[in-house]
Amino acid sequence: MKVVLQNLTKIYPNRNRRIKKDVVAVSDFTFEIPDGKLVGLLGPSGCGKSTTLNLISGLEKPTSGRIFFGDDDVTDLPPENRGVGLVFQNYALYPHMTVLENIVFPLENLKGKDKLTREQMKAKAYNAAKLVQIDELMDRRPSELSGGQQQRVAIARALVKTPRVLLLDEPLSNLDARLRLQTREEIRRIQRTTGITTVFVTHDQEEAMSISDLIIVMKNGVVNQIGRPQEVYDDPVNLFVAKFLGTPPINVFDGEIISGKLHIGGEAVLETPGVKDMPIYAAVRPEGFLPDDAGPLKCSLSRVEVMGRDISVVSTHPAFEGEVIRSIISAENAADISKPEVRFSLKPAKTHLFNRDDEKRIYFSI
Amino acid sequence: MEKKNIKGWLYLLPAALFIGAFLVYPLIDVIIYSFEEGYNSASQTFFGYGFYNFGYVLRDRYFLSALKNTFILVIITVPVSTGLALFISVLLSSIKKLRELFQTIYFLPYVTNTLAVGLVFMILFNKTPYSDGLVNVLVKALGGTAIDFINGPYWAKMLVNCVYTIWIVLPFKILILTSALASVKQDYYKAAQVDGTGRFRIFYKITLPMISPTIFYLVITGFIGAFKAYSDQVALFGVNLNAAGMNTIVGYVYDMLYGDSGGYPSYASAAALILFAIVLTITVINLLVSSKHVFYD
Ligand SMILES: Nc1ncnc2c1ncn2[C@@H]1O[C@H](COP(=O)(O)OP(=O)(O)OP(=O)(O)O)[C@@H](O)[C@H]1O
Ligand SMILES: [Mg+2]
Repeated sequence: MKVVLQNLTKIYPNRNRRIKKDVVAVSDFTFEIPDGKLVGLLGPSGCGKSTTLNLISGLEKPTSGRIFFGDDDVTDLPPENRGVGLVFQNYALYPHMTVLENIVFPLENLKGKDKLTREQMKAKAYNAAKLVQIDELMDRRPSELSGGQQQRVAIARALVKTPRVLLLDEPLSNLDARLRLQTREEIRRIQRTTGITTVFVTHDQEEAMSISDLIIVMKNGVVNQIGRPQEVYDDPVNLFVAKFLGTPPINVFDGEIISGKLHIGGEAVLETPGVKDMPIYAAVRPEGFLPDDAGPLKCSLSRVEVMGRDISVVSTHPAFEGEVIRSIISAENAADISKPEVRFSLKPAKTHLFNRDDEKRIYFSI
Repeated sequence: MEKKNIKGWLYLLPAALFIGAFLVYPLIDVIIYSFEEGYNSASQTFFGYGFYNFGYVLRDRYFLSALKNTFILVIITVPVSTGLALFISVLLSSIKKLRELFQTIYFLPYVTNTLAVGLVFMILFNKTPYSDGLVNVLVKALGGTAIDFINGPYWAKMLVNCVYTIWIVLPFKILILTSALASVKQDYYKAAQVDGTGRFRIFYKITLPMISPTIFYLVITGFIGAFKAYSDQVALFGVNLNAAGMNTIVGYVYDMLYGDSGGYPSYASAAALILFAIVLTITVINLLVSSKHVFYD
């Protein structure tokens, strides 16, 4: 089932009379989520991810815009008639019910011709539980489960009615780092097996990048970029997206274009054909630095961190925006780096230019 | 280690002295009194020990009437007031506008003096040669005949008694229940809504289990409070409750000690112990029943 969002806008009226401004939680969101895909909705806290999800689920009504599931306009349907499964950040499992009772609960609500017998319900619940591998735990209470197991119960409960769309709001944020890795693979697997169109909210870019077919990067209620994770990473449309994706984060320098060349700290460091002369931001991915004794970018070395296969070179530069520059280079080149000054040349594909005023990307031919 | 222990006991000493002097000692005394037969308060002598006092109290028609009144009061007011408080609290938490105003209004009786409320009830229910009282005006408007609620038939008095008791305990229960309802996480309701759960089912399957510890607490304290009823009846029917036929067990105990026909600490003690046994039994039954139905996180 494809999900179409058309100029979706949600404005919360401000109740505080002193501040007259309303909160625009989601602004003019237009996108078509293809059938059967896993989409990661990504952005910093308060950017409107949960609101978008609640609009799709029907828990919130949009101020304007429309939502379609396939060809059905569901904008005015209440949540129960939309056929969505929703997994909450804290799972919202009913603590006084066993796992089985929790999973069966949505089925017991069915009325009329959809009504199921006890046996049918149980069979469906066990199917959903098998899918998420918790069918051994059916008689336990949620409080007797680990975080990861609770999370799976929540997914099973969302899946048991075979929803048309599965919505997950920060499903991994309550888990520890290891379990998070495991569980995100699990979500990917479940999504693949069921083929249900899934929207997955997270503020962890790594999480979104690793399992999504598509990621949507939002900021202040506005969609900044949509694309395959690698595309968005390699080709950010603005400085915000470039900064938001990638660990370690992208390194931003104050630079200037002088006669078709990028200058950082007075040195010409890269050919940038086709860009007119102006001050810009130059952002370089950590893997965009090449150690080079004759390299034009001269940084002062702070330290070298060995991370096994790769090493991370930490250095500083007067034109650098942040605290320290982090560059990742392969371990073979580590021997060269010991002098107080470390010199780099830049990979053009890993270097992005942005306008100083609106922070939009400035493209140059490589 | 030894030293620390002594220090700890020293800290406890003031509280322990008070509890000992005003709680433990009287309690033991009550038990002893209740078994002393033929106690004479003037000469402070008695014949011997035995169960005579209990037998006397249990055959005393004033005690039996007090026992009956108390049980009727308990059986009617505890479920009705808890149910009503739950109903009002659910309504209160489902409205947005004017919620605070209504909450304040419902809480007002709690901070109002019992005697003042008693006076208001007199005005509402009392029938004098000059006026019928507000309730009777209503009764007549509906085609009935005026009833003397304060000095009239037993059931009329009992009705006022129950209404008054419910009215008095309602605010506290509403206060506790609204905060219990507010503490149920919204996510449960959202999850239920997405699953298409009906309103009644949400209440029965989610809200009720979630606030069951609070309800249980209110029922237990409600039972204990209602069994100890006395001052409210005085406020309504005056100090001579036996004459009004509205006496309660605690009222009987008081009468046996200080009433016009009083001066019998042994009978009073026996009645107090019987009350204690009743409350204990009811509480134990409550605990047994609740262990099946009350859910603790
Ligand atoms: N009921 C509401 N009334 C008013 N403003 C709201 C309401 N719900 C959300 N907002 C505002 O809308 C904006 C988006 O909120 P939303 O919950 O969608 O953020 P989010 O991206 O999910 O953030 P997080 O990652 O912290 O969960 C925020 O500025 C928030 O303050
Ligand atoms: Mg959120």
